[in-house]
Amino acid sequence: MKKEFRILSPNGILGYGFPEESFNIGVAQKPDLIAVDAGSTDPGPYYLGSGQPFTSRSSTKRDLEFLLKAALDLNIPLVIGSAGGSGANPHLERDREVLHEIAKEQGYSFKVAIVPTELDKNYVAEEFRKGNVVSLDGAPEITERDILDTVHIVAQMGLEPIVKALDEGAQVVLCGRAYDPSSFAAPAVRLGYDEALATHLGKILECACIAAVPGSASDVMMGYLYEDSFAVEPCSPKRKCTVTSVCAHTLYEKANPYILPGPGGTLDLSECTFEQETERRVRVRGSKFIPQVKKNVKLEGTKLMGYRTISICGNRDPFFLMALDDVLEGVKAQAEDNFKSKNIDYKLDFIVYGRDGVMGALEPEPGVISGTKEVGIVIDVVADTQEHADTVCGAARAMMLHYGYPGRVATAGNLAFPFSPSDAHMGAVYNFSAYCLLENEHPEDLFKCTVYEIIDGEPENTEPARLSRMKGGLNEKTS
Amino acid sequence: MKRLVDVAAIIRSKNSGPFELTMDVIFTDKDNYEKFLKGKYMNSHKISELYKIPLKDVVDIVEFPGALAVKATIIRPLPSGALGERDVYGAQQHVPLMMMELSGWD
Repeated sequence: MKKEFRILSPNGILGYGFPEESFNIGVAQKPDLIAVDAGSTDPGPYYLGSGQPFTSRSSTKRDLEFLLKAALDLNIPLVIGSAGGSGANPHLERDREVLHEIAKEQGYSFKVAIVPTELDKNYVAEEFRKGNVVSLDGAPEITERDILDTVHIVAQMGLEPIVKALDEGAQVVLCGRAYDPSSFAAPAVRLGYDEALATHLGKILECACIAAVPGSASDVMMGYLYEDSFAVEPCSPKRKCTVTSVCAHTLYEKANPYILPGPGGTLDLSECTFEQETERRVRVRGSKFIPQVKKNVKLEGTKLMGYRTISICGNRDPFFLMALDDVLEGVKAQAEDNFKSKNIDYKLDFIVYGRDGVMGALEPEPGVISGTKEVGIVIDVVADTQEHADTVCGAARAMMLHYGYPGRVATAGNLAFPFSPSDAHMGAVYNFSAYCLLENEHPEDLFKCTVYEIIDGEPENTEPARLSRMKGGLNEKTS
Repeated sequence: MKRLVDVAAIIRSKNSGPFELTMDVIFTDKDNYEKFLKGKYMNSHKISELYKIPLKDVVDIVEFPGALAVKATIIRPLPSGALGERDVYGAQQHVPLMMMELSGWD
């Protein structure tokens, strides 16, 4: 085990970009690993549901070109977690295609591992019937119907599949959905570094310079792992890590900053100390890891809710604003009456900016339009088909445009539309329908990686990623 | 009367997974932080009152002295991105907390 293990984290999400200058500073330090996390559930359920990557192909390619070149030049591993944002097979395939394209353009040779994490929903349903699936974190109680209705279900992998891929000689590891810190921690843990420290360091590095001041998800951070501690320092001389910035990042996006559950166990940071080592570097000690008694993996799944059509409009007539609630209720009732004989399953909602558009159900002063002379209204319709959504949105828009309310002076039309056409397709709408734990004594068996060579830019394997676990047993098609 | 925004440096909200919303209050002044904790200004009842949500929807209040911070986590009114969603990232739900009045501060 080397005295120091250096990890370069280019940015918070692959495709977010980073300054070349910072990257070169990092590379000049001869890191032992380049790792990046590409994923998040933050942008909502659409990406996992639709299979669309969260970042654009060209920005992913731009980042990956730099990372791949540096990893090959330095002969170090490159690990990418949660490919394409959500880590289901379409996301993994997109990033794999980009990787192949760069390899081909540059004539690179290297060994790559692909780790799919999408599960067959019938397998998950089977496990549910055995009582091995439990709901999580304030999520509604999951049912078998929810599981069978999902479009994609991914399992969040921990360290083991990455360790295995590296053991099999892979230099580039492209993972489906991965626990954010795993891509950073696994190669270090494989070499004998402490799992708690490595995971805690990964937790900070996965957001790159968000833990620095000034913060940024688009700049390079270096992590330095030691036997008994770790340190973080941003590459750009314009940024620094302070005890406050690193501590504050520990709070970010989590309910309890001391107890961080993940695959294989829980990170316990209650005894952690943070020390300002130099002006720009913070040293961390005391991270602990409590292994799971009952092993499990986290599952994320989404289901299709329908199709959305919206219309954006505005109003600045004080009499209309006074009557607004009556108008909205009136239009809802009129639409309901209009479509009651038709077999249309729809939900009509109005988002009123200037009133409770931002906070909705959490707005402490609902219904109050204060200090504003105008409101923006989004007519939001989700229906069973796009055509039905168009129909209801168009009808509601026309009803509101000409709705006769008490005190109406302006009788030509109630709404100002910025666009023609006034209505727009938002397409398919998804929901987080499965957010739960799958109990499994051997979680590593859920993730079967495929390892192959790319020689002078030609991949040995172009078979698309398969479901990592099928009903009734392992998918035989993967190694 | 002093409000939280007058004494804390950072007051923010964000998703903690798709089903929870977590709010951070971070101080830069240690005395203010200790005074804030001592005054027990941020508690489950206060959060429930500020956001007009049932007490059972306030998941946890956690103090984090390392960052001079206190967190409050609540159940999201809807899972992130569900029909009726207003703030997919949950990043603009901080204002009621930010404007919280600190009675007896000075």
